[in-house]
Amino acid sequence: MQQIFNFVIRNKTFLLFILLFSIALTLTIQSHSYHRSKFINSANGLTGGLYGAMNSVDQYFNLKTENDILAEENKLLREQLLNFKTTIDSTFIDSSYAKSKYRVTTADVYKNSYAATNNYLTLNKGKKDSIKRDLGVMTSNGIIGIIDNTSNKYSRVLSILNKKSRINAKIKSTNHIGSLKWNGDSPMFVQLEDVSQFAPVKIGDTIETGGESSIFPKGIGIGTIASFETDIGGDTYNIEVKLFNDMTNVGKVYIIENLERNEIYNLENSTNE
Amino acid sequence: MNSVLAVNIVRFVLLLLVQVLICNHINFFGYINPYIYIIFIFLFPIREERLILLLASFLLGMMIDLFSDSGGVHAAAAVSLAYVRPILLKSSFGMLYEHQSIKFSTTEIGSLISYISLGTVVHHLILFSLEIFNISNILLILQKTLFSSIFTIILSVLIIILFSRNKK
Repeated sequence: MQQIFNFVIRNKTFLLFILLFSIALTLTIQSHSYHRSKFINSANGLTGGLYGAMNSVDQYFNLKTENDILAEENKLLREQLLNFKTTIDSTFIDSSYAKSKYRVTTADVYKNSYAATNNYLTLNKGKKDSIKRDLGVMTSNGIIGIIDNTSNKYSRVLSILNKKSRINAKIKSTNHIGSLKWNGDSPMFVQLEDVSQFAPVKIGDTIETGGESSIFPKGIGIGTIASFETDIGGDTYNIEVKLFNDMTNVGKVYIIENLERNEIYNLENSTNE
Repeated sequence: MNSVLAVNIVRFVLLLLVQVLICNHINFFGYINPYIYIIFIFLFPIREERLILLLASFLLGMMIDLFSDSGGVHAAAAVSLAYVRPILLKSSFGMLYEHQSIKFSTTEIGSLISYISLGTVVHHLILFSLEIFNISNILLILQKTLFSSIFTIILSVLIIILFSRNKK
């Protein structure tokens, strides 16, 4: 017994080092597996508050570009509204049936990273604003990512620039779907994999969300095809997608909640049994 | 004794704030960031208990991780740096360390630079290995280590010279 105590006292520095290092290593390994990075993340009061204070100063420098983006989007929405009115003019719609399918919340980006291999954003909306896990996040240009953790006032977004991110996407002109991943290289490009060889892939075509996952609505823009190659297996294309969004400069985002998601989820699970 | 404690607490908080609010968002050439918070570990008083340094480094790394959503990579790298610090001190300062009489404000600039360079490379190598966590991306790890190290070393040396060498 005496010897054990002596050993511990003699090697106390080394033992403490091993202990702390293994704690850190455990947290690291946990953070590399999806949905388990619960303890150490930036969606909490301390980090959110500090980033919020910083953001309240920082946002003044981007007011002009933010305004331009908003004006551009207003123009687009106005166009759609006018076109919509003229097409449905003759038909009668009972407003009690026109239940909205998506709820949209705006949020400020408090923290954005794009240089690491697993990137996250922190937003200033949380459980109090009924933000839940697995809601989609987008800007007027295209998708940003999926909410992966929430606290009372803040939430964390798993960016599309994250190796853990998998998003269902399709080529706009056809219905060929694939899954959108990121290889960790450039924040301008993501990769669309598992697209069937039957798909007519052309450089410059638009890639948009597929609507299969019930997180994002169908048809939100992601990017354009920059280049493509045949997979080593030979059955599928791997497509390099140039993003519409400048992921290095994101100020305001929209959080999309599909109000029918539970119903879809239940239906899919009941058929699987 | 109390002033040493106060100086280190202030240094801890200041470096943490500068790191998470400024240095994490520089993204020079897209991905190069300096990690200047390790100055805290470099300048920690030599005569203090090593256990305290280990614990303080772990706490600092953990705080950085908390802010940058990186799991535990900064904590692991900071603790490792704190653990190997005596070896670095011995190899860079030699006899001065044996006599426990190093004062960072008066040492030769050459020894100081070699001490900081060695420490930074060790820290960054562990940091990026854990962050990328994939042995097939070894080139990316080395590339990031090299460029970020250069950035960190230059900034750290400048900061140390600016803030601690002038008090004569």
